[in-house]
Amino acid sequence: MGSVTTSHDMGLHEEQLAGRTQQMFFSATEEENFTYPWGYEVDFEKSAEFDAADMEIAEINIAIRDLMKSGHGTITVKNPRAKHSLGVGILNRLNLNFEGSLGYFGCGLIDGPNIHISGRVGWSCAENMMAGKVVIEKNAGSLFGAAIRGGDLVCKGQAGARVGIDQKGGTIIVGDSVGAFTGFMMQRGRMIILGDAGDNLGDSMYDGTIYVGGKIASLGVDCVETEMTDLDKRYLEGKLSQYDMSAPNGIDSMIKLTSGKQLWNYDNLEPTEKKLVL
Amino acid sequence: MCGIAGLIWKGGVTSDIGSEMTQMLQALKHRGPDSTGFALYGKGDEGVHVLRFKVAEQEEMKTGFDIHRLVVERKAAVDVRLAEMGAEVIEREDATEYAFRYHFKFDGDLKRLIDFIEDLDGVEILSVGKALELIKDLGDATVVSDQYGLKGFVGTHAIGHTRMATESDVDIRSAHPYWAYPFNDVSVVHNGQLTNYWTMRRDLERRGHRFMSNCDSELIAVYIADQIDRGDELEGAMQRTIDVIDGVFTYLVATGNQLGMAKDVMGAKPMVLYESDEFVGLASEEVAIRSIFPREIDTWDPYQGEVKVWAA
Repeated sequence: MGSVTTSHDMGLHEEQLAGRTQQMFFSATEEENFTYPWGYEVDFEKSAEFDAADMEIAEINIAIRDLMKSGHGTITVKNPRAKHSLGVGILNRLNLNFEGSLGYFGCGLIDGPNIHISGRVGWSCAENMMAGKVVIEKNAGSLFGAAIRGGDLVCKGQAGARVGIDQKGGTIIVGDSVGAFTGFMMQRGRMIILGDAGDNLGDSMYDGTIYVGGKIASLGVDCVETEMTDLDKRYLEGKLSQYDMSAPNGIDSMIKLTSGKQLWNYDNLEPTEKKLVL
Repeated sequence: MCGIAGLIWKGGVTSDIGSEMTQMLQALKHRGPDSTGFALYGKGDEGVHVLRFKVAEQEEMKTGFDIHRLVVERKAAVDVRLAEMGAEVIEREDATEYAFRYHFKFDGDLKRLIDFIEDLDGVEILSVGKALELIKDLGDATVVSDQYGLKGFVGTHAIGHTRMATESDVDIRSAHPYWAYPFNDVSVVHNGQLTNYWTMRRDLERRGHRFMSNCDSELIAVYIADQIDRGDELEGAMQRTIDVIDGVFTYLVATGNQLGMAKDVMGAKPMVLYESDEFVGLASEEVAIRSIFPREIDTWDPYQGEVKVWAA
């Protein structure tokens, strides 16, 4: 490893799944990796803003891309008026502000940007987010943070059903209540819900952790309550303070949920290898 | 996929709901370009019924054999039957060449009158009501609205639908909204698919209800009509649909003075709600509500299994 300190050396490897994985591990010092063809070098000090009221969806996204191309690192979009698919596919660091609300599929497929939305978001916000930060001041629709792999996704209001469905990493924080099937088939990562949770919370979850501050309508199959450790409490305190949020009844009253792993029936063999053994 | 929208002005306020609903549905065009339907609730005059009916499909008008003569004949036959039953027609309007709007006075059994008219071959009643007027045709919201002159329609509440045909044909018969025959002023729009349609349809048919189309959404209208007929309140009837009807659905119901919404237990279909002191707006997508309120507004999604009813 030499003088390079990797995240693994720092102890951040608890979440690594046992068994085989298709995930590629790489070193940030190697040359051949890690730059996206559409990731731009931007300067955060260079800022721009535009009014999106009379623009089409594609025009808005192209305008954001063109500003990033010319090195703008802080972009403010005014009057998004709940249009769909805005701020998607941003693969570099960027400060992006939406002054208003987004429609469906907002900020999906992003890797890196800090996004702030002063209004609400519709269904499937930040779908498949890889890294970065998205903060929403008001409510979110269903499928909030579907299949996210990394970064922080924060909704200060309430969110709809199926929040964090298929979550594979990262952190989802919801300031108020969430709907049914939240954390459905969750595979990794953490979810912090400060309000109430709907029916079938954490149904068929494989792994990962859900913290709930309010009442839970019902737990899904194989989702179990587990012991809240001091480490969990410190983590929650730190994470929530980052976003000026707090548990309504205090962190001590929060509940921690994980997978019971009763539905697990995996072994370490790939299907083809299994045949060979048999 | 389908897009649905609803709006209601509270406290007896009236507005140009024709234009408002046209804008909302036009914003939802991408959810369903096949047909558009409006259920508009006007003020209505005491003792006067509004009848909306059609005597042909749009497609038939282009290709049908001798259809123009048939249209005239069918309309004349409706006039004869109305007179025969003792209905006094005050006003006749041609909405299109094949769809008509009548104002009439009638004191007798409305269901008998309706059945008698619909018994005519090729004639379909879209709605009968004191406040309700139901308009549906092929094309997007602006096309239908212009064709039927809906802009400037003053009223208290409305629901609408843009349809992407999945379960049945692209024609007016399968277009939403559905009128809850034979009840005055009850209409329904629905987004989703119902899986116990045939079981429930057979059950309702055995009890004497009639279905005009093979569209699953009609079931909701007929079921709610049946429940109201048995003395249930609108909200109670809607609550029951959550348990009884199987499948995915988010639907809106309107009566003479109420607007209601219900969502299935999975919350599989979207609905965005905006509520202020004087207005409630509902739509499959927020863009529809923004089309009439471009300023920043607070909206949220009602949860799965929720039923809400507002009064005008």
